[in-house]
Amino acid sequence: MEALAKEIGIPEGEYREIVQRLGREPNRVELLLFKVMWSEHCAYKNSRPLLKALPKEGEAVLQGPGENAGVVRVGEGWAVAFKIESHNHPSAVEPFQGAATGVGGILRDIMSMGARPIALLDSLRFGPPEEARSRYLLKGVVSGIAFYGNAIGVPTVGGDLYFHEGYRENPLVNAMCLGLLREEHLKRSRASLGRPIYYAGAKTGRDGIGGAAFASRELKEEKAEDRPAVQVGDPFLGKLLMEATLEAIELDLVEGVQDMGAAGLTSSLSELAHKSGLGVELHLDLVPTREEGMTPEELLLSESQERMVLVPKEGKEKALEEVFGRWGLDCVPVARTIPERVFRVLFRGEVVAEVPTEALAEAPTYVRVGREDPEVRRLRETPIPPLEADPQEVLRRLLASPNLASREAVYERYDHQVGTRTALLPGKGDAAVLWIKGTRLGVAAKVDQNPRYSRLHPRLGAMHALAEACRNVSVVGAKPLAYTDGLNLGSPETPEGYHELAETIAGLKEASEALGVPVVSGNVSLYNESGGKRIPPTAMVGVVGVLEVDKRAEMGFRRPGEVLLLIGEEKGELGASEVLHLLTGKEFGHPPRLDLGREKAVQEAIRDLIQRGLTRTAHDVAEGGLLVALAEMTFPYGVGATVEVREGGLEALFGEAPSRVLFTVEKTRLQEATLLLEERGLPYRVLGETGGRASRSSPRGVS
Amino acid sequence: MRWAIVRFPGANCDEDARFALEKAGIRAEFVWHTERDLRGFDGVFLPGGFSYGDYLRAGALAAKSPVMEAVRRFAEEGRYVVGVCNGFQILTEAGLLPGALLANLNLHFTCKEVGVRVERNDLPFTRLYPRGQVLRLPIAHGEGRYYADPETLARLEGEGLVVFRYAPLKDEADYNPNGSLHDIAGIVSEKGNVLGMMPHPERAVDEVLGNTDGLPFFLGLVKEVAR
Repeated sequence: MEALAKEIGIPEGEYREIVQRLGREPNRVELLLFKVMWSEHCAYKNSRPLLKALPKEGEAVLQGPGENAGVVRVGEGWAVAFKIESHNHPSAVEPFQGAATGVGGILRDIMSMGARPIALLDSLRFGPPEEARSRYLLKGVVSGIAFYGNAIGVPTVGGDLYFHEGYRENPLVNAMCLGLLREEHLKRSRASLGRPIYYAGAKTGRDGIGGAAFASRELKEEKAEDRPAVQVGDPFLGKLLMEATLEAIELDLVEGVQDMGAAGLTSSLSELAHKSGLGVELHLDLVPTREEGMTPEELLLSESQERMVLVPKEGKEKALEEVFGRWGLDCVPVARTIPERVFRVLFRGEVVAEVPTEALAEAPTYVRVGREDPEVRRLRETPIPPLEADPQEVLRRLLASPNLASREAVYERYDHQVGTRTALLPGKGDAAVLWIKGTRLGVAAKVDQNPRYSRLHPRLGAMHALAEACRNVSVVGAKPLAYTDGLNLGSPETPEGYHELAETIAGLKEASEALGVPVVSGNVSLYNESGGKRIPPTAMVGVVGVLEVDKRAEMGFRRPGEVLLLIGEEKGELGASEVLHLLTGKEFGHPPRLDLGREKAVQEAIRDLIQRGLTRTAHDVAEGGLLVALAEMTFPYGVGATVEVREGGLEALFGEAPSRVLFTVEKTRLQEATLLLEERGLPYRVLGETGGRASRSSPRGVS
Repeated sequence: MRWAIVRFPGANCDEDARFALEKAGIRAEFVWHTERDLRGFDGVFLPGGFSYGDYLRAGALAAKSPVMEAVRRFAEEGRYVVGVCNGFQILTEAGLLPGALLANLNLHFTCKEVGVRVERNDLPFTRLYPRGQVLRLPIAHGEGRYYADPETLARLEGEGLVVFRYAPLKDEADYNPNGSLHDIAGIVSEKGNVLGMMPHPERAVDEVLGNTDGLPFFLGLVKEVAR
C-alpha cells in the first residue's frame, strides 16, 4: 500500500499518519478515500490554521463558515445564504463544462441551506486578451456560465473580469451565489441517529473521478489526460433537482441536506456523519448508476453532477420519495446513520472500507515558514518615473483598455432578470441589487479584487478587495453585512507562495476587523501555478448588504443641473495603477495606501446621504481614477457633466486611491449634504454640475 | 378572472408570470405539464424557460406534452392563450401559431432591453397601449429570430396578425436584436385569441424593476372581463 500511496501522490508523512489513525494499513479503497478527503481542496490543510484568525461573528450572522454556505439575517424573517466557489482547474482544461459545473455546484451549496438561489455573480481572471488562448478560455467560460445559469433560471447579476499576464496559464473562474430563505427553513448538514440517508438526483457515472484531488495539484503540460476529471453539467436536471429539493424543504420533510460536490459520496456522507457526531453505513449497491460495472472506488469518488443527499424526518420518507418522483428524479435510501463513528462502505455484501469519520474529516494541517518573493518587493519599491501624456488621449485609451472597457458584451449573454427581483441591472450601479418581493427590502452584492494591487502587495491587496467590495455595496445604499472569500493562490509549498497566502489572510483580517464585516463562507484554491509561476494572490471578496430597495443609488447621471461632489482626496497615486500600466506597459510601484478608518467613514457617509434622500446617483472612484469614474457616470443615460479640476496632473486625473465616492445632489439640498460630510470630518469638493451630452473637464489638461 | 400558468419541467419564468398576473389582479394557478383538463380557466399562460431542457429544439418536446392537447382545445374554443419566449416557441412548435423561432443571428443568448412597437391595440393584450407606442421590454433568448416562408409572412402582414415589432428606442439602427423577419416580435392567431411573443412583458411590471411598460399588457386582460 505504501507504494500505491506514493504513486497517487500521498506524502510519506501523511501515509504514516493514516496508518497511525487506523491502527493498521489501509486497503486500496480506504487509501483513495484519504487521498481525496485530505486533498487541499477538501481539507484546507495549508489554509485552515491561517483562516482561524478571521473574524466570523456579527449580529446578522445566522451561519458562519463550516457549512455549505454562510447565512445572514436581512430582516422581516428573511435571510440570505451565500458563498463563492472556485472551478479554476476544470475551466483551464475544458472552459465550457468547467464553468458550467462551477455554477451548478455553487447553486447546490446554496440549496443545501434551504435557500432558493436568486442571483449569481462571477469573478473571472484570464491572461492578456490579445492572446488566442485567453480569448478561447473567456469565450468558453462565458458560454458555460450562460448555458447553466440561463437554463436553470437564476439570474447572473454581476461579477468582475480582469485580464492579467499572471493568469495566462491559470485562469480563474469563481462563482458566487446568493439564496433567499425564511429563517425557519435554515437547513444544515445534519442527521440524527438511525436515520436513512437518501441519494437524490442524477445517476452516478464515471465522470469527474478524482476532481477534488485534480484541483489540488499544478496543471501539467499533458492536459488531455486530465479530461476525465472534468465533470459534465446538465442544467435541466439541475433545475428539477432544485425544485424538488426546495419543495421538500418547504413541506418540512427533511432534517438535513448536503450537496454532493467535490469527492462525491465520500465527502458528502462522511462529512454529514462527522458533523452529526455519528457514523454512516453506505451500501454502494443501492446507488443509482448510469454505467455498468462501476467499482467501489469509482462509485465513491465519482463527481457526477446534479446529486444531493437528504435526510428525511421520521415518517416523511414516502412523502420525500413522492416529491422527487413527481419531478422524475431518483430518490433512494443508500445509507444509514450509525452510532459507531465510522464511515463504513459495503459493496456486494462485503465491507470494502471502514475508517473513523474523524480521521477522514480532520486532515493534518501545515504551518509553514513564508518568505517574500524578492522580485515582488523590487517591483513594489521601483520608483515611478516622471510621466507626460495628453489627458484626452489617455482617457480614451483607458476607457478602451481591457480591464476598464464596458462588460456589456459579457453580461448581455447572461439572463440577468429572470426571477423579477433584479432592481439594479448590470452596468447600472456599483453593486447588484435584488428585491425581496413582498417587502421593501433589497439585498446588494458585489465581488471585487484588483490583481495588480495584490501581486505587488498581497496584504494591502486583500484589504483593498474587501474595502472596495464593501464600498460598492455602500454606494448603492446598502449596509454591508458579511463577506465570502474566494482565495486563489499558488502553491503553499514554496516559501513565497505560503507568504502570499498568509499575507492575504492577514490583510482580510485587518480590513474585516476595521470595517466590522465578518466572513461567513469561502473557498480556497491553491496550486494555481505552472512552470514555477504563481498567479497574483487573488482574494475574490464577495460582500452582501441590505438596503431599503426604494432608496438605491445608480451610477449614471440622470438629470442635468445637479451638483456633482467628490468625497475623499482629490489626488490618487500612480503605483500599481491602470494608467501606469497603460503608459509604461509595466506593473510596479506601491499600491495606494488605505486608511480603514477613513474608508469606514466614507461608506457610512454615502449610505447616510442615500438614506436621507439627498442623492440617487453615486459611484466609487476605482481603477482609472477620477476621469474614468466620471466618464462611467455619463454612459448609462447619456447625461454629461461639466467639471472643474484644480490640478491637471496624471495623479489627479487618473491616479487611484480608495475611500473616494462621487455623487450628485440637487442644488437646493447641497448645503444639507455638505453639512453631513463636514460633521463627519470628511474632505469633499464640489466638482461641477451635471448636464450636456459629454463629460467635460477644465481648466487645465482636459476640456 | 382565473388564469392557468403551465409548469413544464425546466420552465423558469413561471413565478414571474404569476407575479405579473397577480399584480394585475388576476388569480393565477400553476398547472402541471401532465394536466389534460383546463376547464374553469379564462386563459392559459405558457411561460418562458427551457421546457424539458429545450433538448432537440426549443419548445419541441413541450409541444408534444399532455397539457398541450388541452391547450389546443382551449384555443379552438376561442379562449385566450399567451406564450412568452419559450412559450412562443412552444406555440409555433405545436402549430398553434405559424412560423418558427430560429437561433439569433449573433448566435448568442441575448439579454437586454429593446424597443417594441405596438402594431394593433384592438386585442385584450394591447388595448391599453396607444397604437404605435414603442415599449421598452426585456428580451432573454438564444432562439428568437422569427422566420416564416414568404406566403405566411404576406398573410401575417395582410391580415394584420403582427402585434409587436422591434423598433428603435431612440435612433439606433441595430434595433432588431435577433434578425427576425419583418422585425416581428409577436404575432396573434386569426381569431385574435392566441398570442406569442419573444419579449418579456412580465419582467416589466414594477417600479422596483425599473420598468413598468409591461403592466398594461396584463391589466388589459382584466379589462376584457369587466366589459
